[in-house]
Amino acid sequence: MLTLAHYLVLSAIIFSIGVAGVLIRRNLIVMFMSLELMLNAVNINLAAFSSYLQQMTGQIFIVFVMAVAAAEAAVGLALFISLFRNKQTINADEINTMRG
Amino acid sequence: MNEIFMNVGFWVLGITAVVASLFMVTRENPVHSALWMLLTFFAVAGIFIQLDAEYIAAIQVMVYAGAILVLYMFVVMLLNPKSTGFIKVPAKVILGSVVALVLFLQFVMTLMGTGVIKSAQMSGMNLPEGLSNVKAFGAVMFTQYIVPFEVASILLLVAMIGAIVIAKKD
Repeated sequence: MLTLAHYLVLSAIIFSIGVAGVLIRRNLIVMFMSLELMLNAVNINLAAFSSYLQQMTGQIFIVFVMAVAAAEAAVGLALFISLFRNKQTINADEINTMRG
Repeated sequence: MNEIFMNVGFWVLGITAVVASLFMVTRENPVHSALWMLLTFFAVAGIFIQLDAEYIAAIQVMVYAGAILVLYMFVVMLLNPKSTGFIKVPAKVILGSVVALVLFLQFVMTLMGTGVIKSAQMSGMNLPEGLSNVKAFGAVMFTQYIVPFEVASILLLVAMIGAIVIAKKD
């Protein structure tokens, strides 16, 4: 029997994998992909609660999350192109001009 | 019968999503990562169908798998980055994995500590009489949430202009 917890734990697993991806990968593009993974996990959460609470609002918010994800991907990838043009790298460890 | 079908579907889709996202994070080549991410997106779309969100599943496939992934592939192939430094720093890999694992355990502890969530049966969405998922979705989206919808369209316009300006050769 499927409960709400099944979906929430699945979403927690995917979210944690996304966090691990952002932390262990140094390739900025793959870090961005992991970010999309985390947004997807949040979407599962919203859909699960939308189905459980019999409310359409959760699904509406998924659409907004997707719109933000698309906007973020477009701007982020444009930044990477601009960065690559100047520095010839998208490795997060080599972008250390500000000694961060 | 429907019950068994739902259960099998959940486990197949869930395991596919988790395995594909694990592969996505651990592949050295960003193109392979992008292809594994595609599989994850399809599995998540299946989960959305299980949760009575057919319209969301459709736009998941169209927007994520269709648009965002193609954008990623374009950038990966345009930049052709030499992907290094993933296995080179094992301390970072271990630290990152441990942090993610601790985060996951905290999530599970919080979820399992809440009795309501643990015993909440998924009964499926009861839509109003005569409305499909898309119709019910649109009825809420274009009445109650019309202003956020318009704001989202402005956000997309700004992002589009911003992407063009940032990536432009000057």
